[in-house]
Amino acid sequence: MATRKSTKKPNVSREDLTAYYRDMLLIRRFEEKAGQLYGMGLIGGFCHLYIGQEAVVVGLEAAAEEGDKRITSYRDHGHMLACGMDPDGVMAELTGREGGYSKGKGGSMHMFSKEKDFYGGHGIVGAQVPIGAGLAFADKYKGNGRVTFTYFGDGAANQGQVYETFNMAALWQLPVIFVIENNQYAMGTAQQRSTSTPDLHTRGEAFGIPGEVVDGMDVLAVKEAGEKAVGHCRAGKGPYILEVKTYRYRGHSMSDPAKYRTREEVQKMREERDPIEHVRALLLEGKHASEDDLKAIDKEIKKVVNAAADFARESPEPHLDELWTDIYAEAT
Amino acid sequence: MATEILMPALSPTMEEGTLAKWLVKEGDTVSSGDIIAEIETDKATMEFEAVDEGTLGKILVAEGTEGVKVNTPIAVLVEEGESAEDAAAAPAADTEPEPGSPAKQSNAAAESKSEGGPGSSPERVRPPVEPDWPEGTEVRQQTVREALRDAMAEEMRADEDVFLMGEEVGEYQGAYKISQGLLDEFGPRRVIDTPITEHGFTGLAVGAAFGGLKPIVEFMTFNFSMQAMDQIVNSAAKTLYMSGGQMGAPMVFRGPNGAAARVAAQHSQDFAAWFTHIPGLKVAMPYSASDAKGLLKSAIRDPNPVIFLENEILYGKSFDVPVMDDFTVPFGKARIWREGTDVTLVSFGIGMTYALEAAEKLSKDGIEAEVIDLRTLRPMDTETVIESVQKTNRCVTIEEGFPKGAIGNHISAVLMEQAFDWLDAPVINCTGKDVPMPYAANLEKHALTSTAEVLEAVKKVTYR
Repeated sequence: MATRKSTKKPNVSREDLTAYYRDMLLIRRFEEKAGQLYGMGLIGGFCHLYIGQEAVVVGLEAAAEEGDKRITSYRDHGHMLACGMDPDGVMAELTGREGGYSKGKGGSMHMFSKEKDFYGGHGIVGAQVPIGAGLAFADKYKGNGRVTFTYFGDGAANQGQVYETFNMAALWQLPVIFVIENNQYAMGTAQQRSTSTPDLHTRGEAFGIPGEVVDGMDVLAVKEAGEKAVGHCRAGKGPYILEVKTYRYRGHSMSDPAKYRTREEVQKMREERDPIEHVRALLLEGKHASEDDLKAIDKEIKKVVNAAADFARESPEPHLDELWTDIYAEAT
Repeated sequence: MATEILMPALSPTMEEGTLAKWLVKEGDTVSSGDIIAEIETDKATMEFEAVDEGTLGKILVAEGTEGVKVNTPIAVLVEEGESAEDAAAAPAADTEPEPGSPAKQSNAAAESKSEGGPGSSPERVRPPVEPDWPEGTEVRQQTVREALRDAMAEEMRADEDVFLMGEEVGEYQGAYKISQGLLDEFGPRRVIDTPITEHGFTGLAVGAAFGGLKPIVEFMTFNFSMQAMDQIVNSAAKTLYMSGGQMGAPMVFRGPNGAAARVAAQHSQDFAAWFTHIPGLKVAMPYSASDAKGLLKSAIRDPNPVIFLENEILYGKSFDVPVMDDFTVPFGKARIWREGTDVTLVSFGIGMTYALEAAEKLSKDGIEAEVIDLRTLRPMDTETVIESVQKTNRCVTIEEGFPKGAIGNHISAVLMEQAFDWLDAPVINCTGKDVPMPYAANLEKHALTSTAEVLEAVKKVTYR
């Protein structure tokens, strides 16, 4: 990954920059809290944290408009918070409680919000990719001008259905942005051990889908690339691929000791490329905010996250009747 | 020596066809590879090529003739020096192909099929005891194929969100001609030819359903649905539950299921039990044309993912279909085709052909069988089965699927739990054999269940 050029003056308003800082910090603190609750046995099963990758979703959400859709894999907490879902409902789903987005029936990997156009939360690697194209298909069918952000990782980029989808998306000119969040590890397998060619953004070339690499540790770079991709889709030019180079600080899931990489590698990334520190520096250097302003934001976020954790602990477990609901929809 | 030109079989299930057009006339010279006629099957019009060289001595079947059986001589090819008169005399003495010749074998296979029931014989099937339409409603004969197409067309006219996608559904008019005419009426926006990419287009259709549309996904055959099993089970069936009721997949997966004819192991499999296992899916497997139509219309309107299992051999079979503006059949309601007091035969889909044929034969022996068509497997109307068994005290189930984990196993378990005291004999499940489907005609016949097996099972449970 290229080292950051911090000399470039960002073309962004103080309000926007502050909002990105706040949104990324919310994800970071939320995930830290989730890790803590997992350690306490309050969250069960698989729990995949998004720490380190915050700039990806926050940058792309900055490029989205009302009504645009998003869908991702099981590493989904960040996407939900970034699109405006309520931290209380997300955290309560993690603890498997009644107040969770899926009434405790989905858990960390399977959460949805029709209201926020968040279509999951999918536990099968790569399965969300054709579904995302299908959401875009529906939008094109309706002619509503919406686009769908379909997120998947470098691991999923080796699933066959991704290429089946690329073909159809290009063939039918679907308004879908394929966001490959390349955090360089497919669970414990480094990219060079799993992938014949390192450049995932060129994977659409055979289908005529343009793609580009984006610095996923720079929220402004992500936003800029996102706007370009959105413009392409909305202009009716079909799909677009963004390979967003990012890094996850934590293991694949809570139970992953991450022995496949050195502690130094992670440490170096945190110190030199942290996406939140980057925005923090921009805010301070540009005199957009003072240390005190940022401390106030930190404090406010902490409050939101603690409230979410309290809600998630206090919300009751789902009633046993819930076992038998939502299996079939009633005809309306 | 004059050579006969025989009516060709142009599909695995074709037994007869229409000689649509002769492209050569008597006296014309033909070479092998020349297109000499157009033959219409129930699915398509096909060109027919000459295999031998010679002069077309005589045309035996005029163009426009319908119902020409496979292997019927349709023309005679004469060699140099022979005359059409010689030729005219020749076929009369030689209408029966040589024993052991390939033609003879396929004839035998065709015969055994109609004997076993599932052949596309044009004879009328006796209507069920309780039809699904009001008394006095006008009915007309329609094939299952036409009924399915009408169901889709009617629902697509009624609801702009309904669309059809699949391999060859559009320009080709459907690999089995179920979607004939739909592209012309609804255009390429709503009748979408897909690449051969089952996993991908199934996932894409699931996404379209999440996005508010009502897709009908045609699998060219359900054998190919296994490529898409993850999207059907993990995405379509489970999302309503996993989202706490926020979003689901209102869609239909349909296509021919089960054994066709002579297409062997990878193309002959009944998935009824597989899909019925999955909570979140609904499963229909109609037998008659009216059920095909009424259930497919209900399936398209259903807000849940529905697996709609058709059968290639039944496509050409005709039944009474009511002439109504909006005829639907509800899910979860079995249909009693024949009332009886001595034994209950429970089946669905093509298994009904064996059940009904067995019932007719049993009646001649003084055994009156009650025949129940489950029609939908999820939900399954076990109540009707239990009520019947409380009357007959005996039950035989019939299906073409594999025996382990079969639908019949489930019915047996339900009867044991809920009607144990009424049973006078163990329930017998007639199923396909526990083997991959073989290709050879005789082996294939034995791999499937049969009317003979149903008769034998009934004799057992009635201690005759």
